[in-house]
Amino acid sequence: MTISIRSVQKQFGRYPALNNVDLEIADGELLALLGPSGSGKTTLLRAIAGLEFPDSGQVLFHDNDVTYASAAARRVGFVFQQYALFKHMTVAKNIAFGLDVRKGKDKPPKAEIARRVDELLKLVELDGLGGRYPSQLSGGQRQRVALSRALAVQPSVLLLDEPFGALDATVRKSLRKELRRVHDATGVTTIFVTHDQEEALELADRVAILNKGKIEQIGTPREVHDNPVSAFVCGFVGESSRFTGKVEGGRFVAGGLTLPAPGLADGAAEAFVRPHDFVLADDGVEAKVERVNVQGALVRVDAVLTGGARIEIAASRADADRFVGTVKVAAAKSHVYAA
Amino acid sequence: MARARHPTEDPTWVKALVLAVVAAFLALVLILPLAAVFAEALRKGLAVAIDAIAHADALAAVKLTLITAAITVPFNVVFGLCAAWAVAKHDFPGKAFLITLIDLPFSVSPVVAGLIYVLVFGLQGWFGEWLLDHDMKVIFAVPGIVLATIFVTFPFVARELIPLMQEQGVSEEEAAISMGASGLYTFWRITTPNVRWGLLYGVLLCNARAMGEFGAVSVVSGHIRGLTNTMPLHVEILYNEYDFVGAFAVAALLCLLAIVTLVLKTALEVAQPAVRRGGH
Ligand SMILES: Nc1ncnc2c1ncn2[C@@H]1O[C@H](COP(=O)(O)OP(=O)(O)OP(=O)(O)O)[C@@H](O)[C@H]1O
Ligand SMILES: [Mg+2]
Repeated sequence: MTISIRSVQKQFGRYPALNNVDLEIADGELLALLGPSGSGKTTLLRAIAGLEFPDSGQVLFHDNDVTYASAAARRVGFVFQQYALFKHMTVAKNIAFGLDVRKGKDKPPKAEIARRVDELLKLVELDGLGGRYPSQLSGGQRQRVALSRALAVQPSVLLLDEPFGALDATVRKSLRKELRRVHDATGVTTIFVTHDQEEALELADRVAILNKGKIEQIGTPREVHDNPVSAFVCGFVGESSRFTGKVEGGRFVAGGLTLPAPGLADGAAEAFVRPHDFVLADDGVEAKVERVNVQGALVRVDAVLTGGARIEIAASRADADRFVGTVKVAAAKSHVYAA
Repeated sequence: MARARHPTEDPTWVKALVLAVVAAFLALVLILPLAAVFAEALRKGLAVAIDAIAHADALAAVKLTLITAAITVPFNVVFGLCAAWAVAKHDFPGKAFLITLIDLPFSVSPVVAGLIYVLVFGLQGWFGEWLLDHDMKVIFAVPGIVLATIFVTFPFVARELIPLMQEQGVSEEEAAISMGASGLYTFWRITTPNVRWGLLYGVLLCNARAMGEFGAVSVVSGHIRGLTNTMPLHVEILYNEYDFVGAFAVAALLCLLAIVTLVLKTALEVAQPAVRRGGH
């Protein structure tokens, strides 16, 4: 199912939670909505689900205008941040809920529902736990129940609001893979909200970056990471060292550092350099090494430029021994934006 | 060597003193009077006490009390569920005012509550003549007693449910609706089961008050023996007529009803944690 969001606007009081949002989601795509707290991610997701109605603009499902259609009519699967499992029902009853509420000939026979529940439990690797209550499950297991409950109605769209937000790092990682697997197995168009950029970059086909109710950039993980369109995106996605300075005649200068800034008008600006874009170079600027950290195949170096700016460098493990005392570094690639 | 004390634990003699004060106080104001009620009721033997309760007027009072509770409690369950649902799960203008209104009976003297109904429905009241013309009686009749009882008891269920529903938020309801459940289905299958213990608790409190209410009912009842006397009113009448055994026998019955309620309530509280563990 393709989803189109057209000029959607939503105010809470005088504050715009969504400000003229446009977004096209392709059939079968796995899209991440990434942004800082309060940027409007949940509001956008809820507008797609029909749990919130926009003040203006349109939401289209496969060219049908569903802007003001009820949540029930949209056939979406929604996974809530806090799972929102029904506490007084067993896992199996939770998963079956969406089928149990159907009426008349839409309602599958009991045996069919039971079969479907078993199938879903197997899909999320919870076989045999159908008789438990949500309180008898771990956080990660609850999350999986929430996921299979949302999938039970065979939704045309699966929406997840910070699905792994409440879990610890290891469980997050494995559930991430699981979501990808489930997505690939079902092929359902999926949108998930996160404020964890690593999660978004690892999991999604495309990432939409929200800031203050606006979409700043949308693209593949690689695009948004390598070619961020704004200082906000550059600072938010991936790691970088940030410099404030000014552009003079097509060059950005800050402290001792000079970076190319072709096409930028003179004036105040900020620049970002990714850790792995710093390289050792004889014609570079001097940097005093403060700390060297080995991380697997990489070394991470904290250093201070002569101008006083702190930078972070990532280099191959083989170069670890070269980072002692004062070294000369240059930026192989940088991103400069007018401030 | 002295046993290591928990940092927040007071020395033994302090605990003993505090406990003794509490126990003495409870004995004086609670247990002693309660025991006295039963002792007085049984002073001339069990048979006399049972005779007093089996008296036609006493039975009529018991019946009226039960009828009043039987009307009041279901009304309050419906009202309480609706009010709590509206307040806890929805936003609308005047919400704070509604909450204040629900609390009103807690802050108004029951006697005033009774008088309000006399003012509205009494012979000299706003609807007095209209009621008379249509041959209907509210004041000094059962409808007035029920109305007054509803007035004093209606915060019980609502007040019990509002914080509970608020704490649970609306995400389970939203989940249900996003899976295609209707509003009403969601209310019965999700909202209500989640507050069932609170609801039961509210019902018990409401029931206890409905059976025991004196002030408001006294104003609207008219004290017609065998017709408009509830148990508390009947106790007062017997007492004023120096029929102590009768008064205390009926009072003892009222106490028994209260004790049954309390036992039920305690049983619920014991059973509840098992279910509460159901929370995340
Ligand atoms: N029901 C509401 N009433 C008033 N303001 C709201 C409501 N819901 C959201 N907002 C406001 O709208 C803005 C966007 O909220 P939203 O929940 O979409 O943010 P978010 O990106 O999901 O943030 P988080 O990562 O913290 O969950 C916030 O400023 C928030 O305070
Ligand atoms: Mg959110």
